[in-house]
Amino acid sequence: MPRYITTIGLEVHAQLNTRSKMFCPCAVEYGAEPNTRTCPVCLGLPGALPVLNLAAIEKTILTGLMLDCRTPDISKWDRKNYFYPDMPKNYQLTQFDQPLCIGGGVPLYELSYPKDAQKTIKNPGKVVKLTRIHLEEDVGKSTHTGAGTLLDFNRAGTPLMEIVSDPDLETAEEAFAYLNSLRQILIYGGVSEADMEKGQMRCDVNISVRPEEQKELGAKIELKNLNSVSAVRRAIHHEVARQTECLERGEKLVQSTRRWDDDRGETQLMRTKEDAHDYRYFPDPDLLPIHTSPILERMRVHKPELPHEKCARFVQDYAVSAYDANVLASEKPLANWFEQAVAADTKVPAKKIANWVINELLGHLNASNATLADSKVTPQALNQLVADVELGKISNNQAKEVFEEMFATGETPVTIIKQKGFEQVSDSGAIEKLCDEVIAANPAKVAEFKAGNDKVLNWMTGQIMKSSSGKANPKVVGDVLRGKLG
Amino acid sequence: MANHHIDIHHVAKLARLKLSDSEAATYTLQLDHILDYIAALDQHDLDAAMPTAHAEAVFDVWRHDEPRPSFTNEQSLANAPKKSQGQFQMPRVVEE
Repeated sequence: MPRYITTIGLEVHAQLNTRSKMFCPCAVEYGAEPNTRTCPVCLGLPGALPVLNLAAIEKTILTGLMLDCRTPDISKWDRKNYFYPDMPKNYQLTQFDQPLCIGGGVPLYELSYPKDAQKTIKNPGKVVKLTRIHLEEDVGKSTHTGAGTLLDFNRAGTPLMEIVSDPDLETAEEAFAYLNSLRQILIYGGVSEADMEKGQMRCDVNISVRPEEQKELGAKIELKNLNSVSAVRRAIHHEVARQTECLERGEKLVQSTRRWDDDRGETQLMRTKEDAHDYRYFPDPDLLPIHTSPILERMRVHKPELPHEKCARFVQDYAVSAYDANVLASEKPLANWFEQAVAADTKVPAKKIANWVINELLGHLNASNATLADSKVTPQALNQLVADVELGKISNNQAKEVFEEMFATGETPVTIIKQKGFEQVSDSGAIEKLCDEVIAANPAKVAEFKAGNDKVLNWMTGQIMKSSSGKANPKVVGDVLRGKLG
Repeated sequence: MANHHIDIHHVAKLARLKLSDSEAATYTLQLDHILDYIAALDQHDLDAAMPTAHAEAVFDVWRHDEPRPSFTNEQSLANAPKKSQGQFQMPRVVEE
């Protein structure tokens, strides 16, 4: 049986989080009453003239900096001509031959892969090559009803980056990781909320399958209507299997566009190459070109530390494991929270704080379906709690109980430790008294210890913990006992 | 006159125009003339001319990201031949 090679390229549309639209000053606002964020420009009324939104250009150029793209000196906008009701001008303002960003790449982070595929990553450290990023306008939102199609133009004109990858992906899992990594980076840069479920990030997949011995790529088949990262994964799995079966049967695949039906778990043909659009791009005479260098220089200082850079620094500076660093760096607010907790008192080992953040804080947040922003625990309070454990003031198990309470009420560890009566007695006077009592009451055990049985010490410590109702600091008890028994 | 091989029916289809045979002939001729006019550029040495994206040598015209008030729903729909639920209503479209 011949083997087959899969080649995948992704086209991602990401809405920029500007306050106003790309070519007119209507507010960008999700969920407003239909057709109340519109004006002559975004409704395509005759004679209306577009004006560029500088912030959208800046955010796109910043994205290019984050993804290692080149930016040509001069960039311009073009008309892409087609008739469709969600685009009332009958052309979309976009960029054709002089986009804002060229080349670059998206690093695939280990934790961006599906959980079940993280142990079997085929190309660790892969950076998926990008073709280009251009800046265009979003279209209106159509709702299909029995009576006809309804159109709301509030979304029309929202700045939209189209991020086009090379055909550089091999598997559905890489596509999944690509979308998650890209989303992480866009959020890090503060350029887009990039939530696929909200339509702020959308994705078309180009996929082709060819026999191993064939040099040129197979027929390009485009998949549309992919509304989540996991739908992209499912659709690619389905389509690879479908195309492979076609080739096995000796059928010839033709360039076409197919729609993913997530409920049925299959793709359906929409159109073939013969019906492909002829967009007749030409430079838009209503918009003027821009010089990019001054913007590029200005945006350089806004380039954030990226997830993988942060991750490397955490490993280096805080001696946390690569995995932990990945988890902590996965979201900027979490990374900041962790660093604040460490900074609250640098004597407390950062690695210990990382453990508490990952196991307890994230664990509790997940279990209660909450986000970090909802957390009542402050970074300073966590530092205090970990410090108390480190100093032996409370045991690890007690600390977990205290954390539970901190998470529920937002009280400080000091208060909760007092309430729960967890305060350990470290005062050696009191402990000495308890030790003397145990030694006096157990001459046989003392003799055993003196004969060389070290384990007796644990037994005696246990007795003292009992007689102090768990309040004695076990470390201090051990030291005192050792001193007394010589 | 050069033959520019204009596929007038394709061009008309892209513009959603229905042309009669005589209209098609007329427009083919007219478009040929326009392309001839453009072809006049070929008679000049343009090696030293820089490509430009716009007739005016003006760059960097933009506005700052400040929202301004928009139309009301009534204003938006004032010219709509048909409306429903605060939206423009049109014959049902299926593709995409």
